[in-house]
Amino acid sequence: MGRYLLRRLLQAVFVLWAAYTLSFVVLYLLPGDPAEIMVAGGGEGTDISDAQLAEVRAEWGLDAPPATQYLDRLTDAIRGDLGVSTQTGDQVTAMIADQLPATLQLTLTAATLAVLLGAAVALAGVYTTRPWLRQVLLSLPALGASAPTFWVGLLLIQLVSFRWGLLPAIGDQGWRGLILPAVTLALPTAAVLGQVLAKSLSHTLAEPYVETALAKGAGRARVLLRHAVRNAALPAFTVLGVLVGNLLAGSVVVETVFSRTGVGRITANSVTVQDIPVVQGLVVLGAVAFVLASLAVDLVYPLLDPRVTPGRAVAA
Amino acid sequence: MVLGGALVASGCSSATSSEAGDAPGEPVAGGELTFALASAPTCADPQQAATNDSIYPARQLVDSLTDQDPETGEIVPWLAESWEVDADATAFTFVLRPGATFSDGAPVDAEAVRANLDGVVELGARAVLGAGYLAGYRESVVLDELTVRVEFEQPNAQFLQATSTHALGLLSPATLAAPAADRCTEVIGSGPFVLDEFTLNRSVRQIRREDYAWGSSLWRDDGPAHLERLTFEVIAESGVRTGGLASGQVDAIGGVAPQDEATLTAGGHTVISRPNPGLPFALFPQLERPIAGDPAVRRAVSLAIDREEVVATVLSESFRPATSALASTTDLYADHADLLGHDPAEAGRLLDEAGWEPGSDGVRVKDGEPLRLSLIWGANFGPNQPALELIQQQLNAVGFDAELRTVTIAEYNAAREAGDYDFAWSNTTRTDPDVLRAGLSRELANLSRVDDPALEELLAEQNATTDPGARAELVERVQAEVLEKGYLVPVFELTTVLGLGEHVHDLDFEASSRLQFHDTWLG
Repeated sequence: MGRYLLRRLLQAVFVLWAAYTLSFVVLYLLPGDPAEIMVAGGGEGTDISDAQLAEVRAEWGLDAPPATQYLDRLTDAIRGDLGVSTQTGDQVTAMIADQLPATLQLTLTAATLAVLLGAAVALAGVYTTRPWLRQVLLSLPALGASAPTFWVGLLLIQLVSFRWGLLPAIGDQGWRGLILPAVTLALPTAAVLGQVLAKSLSHTLAEPYVETALAKGAGRARVLLRHAVRNAALPAFTVLGVLVGNLLAGSVVVETVFSRTGVGRITANSVTVQDIPVVQGLVVLGAVAFVLASLAVDLVYPLLDPRVTPGRAVAA
Repeated sequence: MVLGGALVASGCSSATSSEAGDAPGEPVAGGELTFALASAPTCADPQQAATNDSIYPARQLVDSLTDQDPETGEIVPWLAESWEVDADATAFTFVLRPGATFSDGAPVDAEAVRANLDGVVELGARAVLGAGYLAGYRESVVLDELTVRVEFEQPNAQFLQATSTHALGLLSPATLAAPAADRCTEVIGSGPFVLDEFTLNRSVRQIRREDYAWGSSLWRDDGPAHLERLTFEVIAESGVRTGGLASGQVDAIGGVAPQDEATLTAGGHTVISRPNPGLPFALFPQLERPIAGDPAVRRAVSLAIDREEVVATVLSESFRPATSALASTTDLYADHADLLGHDPAEAGRLLDEAGWEPGSDGVRVKDGEPLRLSLIWGANFGPNQPALELIQQQLNAVGFDAELRTVTIAEYNAAREAGDYDFAWSNTTRTDPDVLRAGLSRELANLSRVDDPALEELLAEQNATTDPGARAELVERVQAEVLEKGYLVPVFELTTVLGLGEHVHDLDFEASSRLQFHDTWLG
């Protein structure tokens, strides 16, 4: 177990380094002059003299050769210093730490909703004996997965907030403001979970041991909840890593549509104004989230399925 | 006192209305107004604010030496009671009104003015607009506690108008001492509102300054503002802004989409608008490129564009086609609509004459080369894309092969500097006609790469002329010459369009078509 963890840790460090290096190449070395981009800051065209640009370059260390810039920034990053925002001058790590709680609140609520909703639809779809209802329930996930988050958000805002006046459409104050964005963000994730779970439940229910259980007199509900869910949950659990990505990407859209603060919002904004250090910090954050999610999956898997031991090949 | 339901209607339709204009009674003090911005303000500091959505909140925090009447363009007192400009426009002496203070208690005196102007020069590139206004700044001399003389190396007539802008708004010496980036979230001025909280990407909260007593001479009175609190929320989606106003979740919105204007008006909301002064949205040629460098081609581009159709198809009744090199609300604007007509037949004739023969696929050809134009543009204004797509069709109809290239706003300047395009789409907001010099002079940005000594002389001369009549004549000549030579091909005037709840009164446009909330009240 110790060696396994060490190997995973080294892998994680490599993924973070690769994310950092790739983002450096793309952001600092590829098209356009970072100094010009920093000065423009998303505003109207302006008159900036070459001398002023040179000052900006010196201030941000952009006049050094690329290799020196890379090593300097990487050393800082290892010490936890991702530089400062060109827009506000705030520390990038502090900015992200400041925005993270709002996004965590949103994504965790959405994840909980997604699990409940996805499981409910899949279980109900598999449990029901009416063919038409089964058809409807099992096609919901496909529908949910194909509706764009952006459109769902606007639809909910139009109906629930503007037409019926039930919940606020704007801002992130209080729990009432959390409902619509969390539902919007949860839907595509719930759809994926529902789809995977329904499929593996159907498979599991065809297994011989289910027949045995039924023959022994267990009710359909008991077999489904006691026996089948535990086995069928494993494939659904494996897609967790993908879902973390879904939620993070979705937060960019949801936080913008619902005018909330958070990591998604600074992503949208810093890309628009090309706040290079912030964009790079967010790339690193995304890499951290993926590394943690896949590590969590690997460590929790054996708890769910005693046949799996970490470090050995997993037959899925 | 005129009570007028009728006036409410006139406020909706008048395209040049300088205020939200109805007056159904005496202003009521108190209350909180929430204004929805289309994009996130990038900086709370007016001296560093570059986008309109940054300028709206920043403007409320500071006072300026002077103010400018949106109707007449006249420069009138604000913090300065009086001023004198020497004959060659190189020295400007301001006498300040006594008693004004910054919200940290520091006095607004001659020393503070000097520190602010020195500070803007020191900010350099970060003072996106102010640094240009102060080009050639020599020094500010404090003559006594309330008198300061600002001196320039060469004539700089536009400086007086520049003192009325947010970009030269005065900040407390304590703020000036702070690092430029820190000032984006904490900034202290002497204005009618005080910054309470600047939350990046979400909101800017401001509270009324209770002891404020030095308002602009243009305002109803010089005392405190009526609104107790003023909040700017960022709502990026135009449909959510419109719905937010319609459902009463916000009081006023900016960036009203052209297609939403009718919905809002029908729902009993007020839509007010004012064209932004300065350079209209225009195609700026890259004169060093062979095709855009040919005057006949530039003239043909101008004749091929149907400005009325662009406004009618992708914009709204609030917008106007360009009628000169300057927008109609700019000082010393002169109507040159005759130079901006739509005549595709004449465009074709000019291209024939220049040797561009009609080709088999509709694209003209000369010496085997197609008449290809690369147009670059950025999304700093919602309807840019449909407008440019229509312009593209209009150009192609006379035999061009125009292609559109999108760049982000941040990349825009770098792309223009690189110069591998034929026309660039942009505008600039400024009340003073010197905006033409800022855009086209060799000494300044000159992104079109104009090399024209005669024009250069005219541009310098208008900035050295203090006599309004004489300057008007020079500026009139500049506008005609720039259009005749095709140094820019204006299309339509950027217009600021706001949606207001019925309960919002006296939300005023400044001369620059940005907003002033001092007189605004709810009731």
